[in-house]
Amino acid sequence: MHVTLEVWRQPGPDTAGRFVTYPVDDVSPDMSFLELFDVLNEQLIKAGDEPIAFDHDCREGICGSCSMMINGRAHGPERGTATCQLHMRKFSDGAHITVEPWRAAAFPVIKDLCVDRAAFDRIIEAGGYITAPTGGARDANEILVPKSAADAAMDAAACIGCGACVAACPNGAAQLFTSAKIQHLNLLPQGQPERWERVINMVDEMERWFGSCTNHGECEAACPKDISLDFIALMNRDYVKAQFKQRRLAGQRR
Amino acid sequence: MTRLDETLSTEDQREDADAADRLLRSTGPPVPPTKRAVPFPLQFWRSGIGKKWAMAVSGIVLLGYVFAHMVGNLKVFLGRHQINTYGAWLRTLGEPAFPRTVVLWGLRTAVIAAFFIHIVAAYQLTRMNRRARPVRYQSKRDYVAANYASRTMRWTGVIIGLFVIFHLMDLTWGTANPHFVRGDPYDNLFYSFDQVPVAVAYIVANIALGIHIFHGAWSMFQSLGWNNPRYNRWRRWFASAFAGVIIVGNVSMPLLITTGAVTR
Repeated sequence: MHVTLEVWRQPGPDTAGRFVTYPVDDVSPDMSFLELFDVLNEQLIKAGDEPIAFDHDCREGICGSCSMMINGRAHGPERGTATCQLHMRKFSDGAHITVEPWRAAAFPVIKDLCVDRAAFDRIIEAGGYITAPTGGARDANEILVPKSAADAAMDAAACIGCGACVAACPNGAAQLFTSAKIQHLNLLPQGQPERWERVINMVDEMERWFGSCTNHGECEAACPKDISLDFIALMNRDYVKAQFKQRRLAGQRR
Repeated sequence: MTRLDETLSTEDQREDADAADRLLRSTGPPVPPTKRAVPFPLQFWRSGIGKKWAMAVSGIVLLGYVFAHMVGNLKVFLGRHQINTYGAWLRTLGEPAFPRTVVLWGLRTAVIAAFFIHIVAAYQLTRMNRRARPVRYQSKRDYVAANYASRTMRWTGVIIGLFVIFHLMDLTWGTANPHFVRGDPYDNLFYSFDQVPVAVAYIVANIALGIHIFHGAWSMFQSLGWNNPRYNRWRRWFASAFAGVIIVGNVSMPLLITTGAVTR
């Protein structure tokens, strides 16, 4: 296969970037999209050029590192996969492929295709945890969890935090990420003590960085883990309910 | 990486700034600054989700108004007496418990408030969204799930807003309608729709309204968190049907009158 890549090159956070065209020959259809970049980078290094910086780690769709806007779609044309699980056989021979980093105020470009996704860490720090029980280890399965709740929580917990939802969203909103991170705890008994504080704190932190939801559904379509828009509705519902939970004030003398 | 709600630290721009200062700029302080406590409805309004909730609730009020307005106006096809009696009844609504036009003004106030909230929230959320992506994608985006209606909400919203002003000038205040007679909606409507450009404006605006409703009447369920596998598939159905009914009902009046299919 032969493909023509048009890749965003940007030497650093504060320098201007531009698209650079790279023709790549002898591409195997069985290569992953990241392996295509490995091949291209080897060629660039041999020619004495600067290799293209891109995020990658596990290369099996579970770490959430890879982050490329391929032909205008987050993680490329294949649904429910990360960039590393996208194979070159999904493209036609002679294809022209444009690759760009995620674009969002909260995701500044570090170099080439690498962006800083630390804003997601800020959201997690705001409430993406449960209070750890102290004392002796409890018996397994002592806390009863309805099967349906466990399934839904697991679906939300599948989020790998890659940022494709923000990248795909026309508003640069992080509702899908935040709602998944809230709901995988809020749906389970272990998440109940902090439930209302969690949703307030995580949503407020999210809105410091990201846009708001207009229910396009682009995030769901781009998500490599197929996380459902339903979690956004559940987060919205919990956020409204939390406004009426004034547990800290109830019965207290101030 | 910039926060949307506060100005950036300029620590990294000092002469002797080091890598740690630059990192602080990019990752921000881990503990958010404490915000001054405000009454909870105001605090709720300040959040994006609160504004979306307000948009959904005001949207429901406006949907109810649009539907009732259409049902009332369709009486034009039943004849002069029917629609003029209906118009007069609106003013005497609530009598004798309430004085004349008090209930009507109560309803009008609710609609005006809903309209105002809907527009202010939309404006502020749009500003928030623009700030969230100051640098746009440099290559062409390929949208998968977003449809024409959802992509054009801001445009259809502006068209509807401008149309409402014209519509009030045309058939409520009469400033844009030289033949306007107060209390005679039947003749006013015919005078208005006898002019082709006016009828075209009504048709275009009502199609825009239908497109706006097609996305809005679905979107409100998500914004309010009304999500349940039992009825989720009906949400899209409801929005499509509502939009269809409004387009057919509201477009039928200018279309049939202008083309002469319905005459006085």
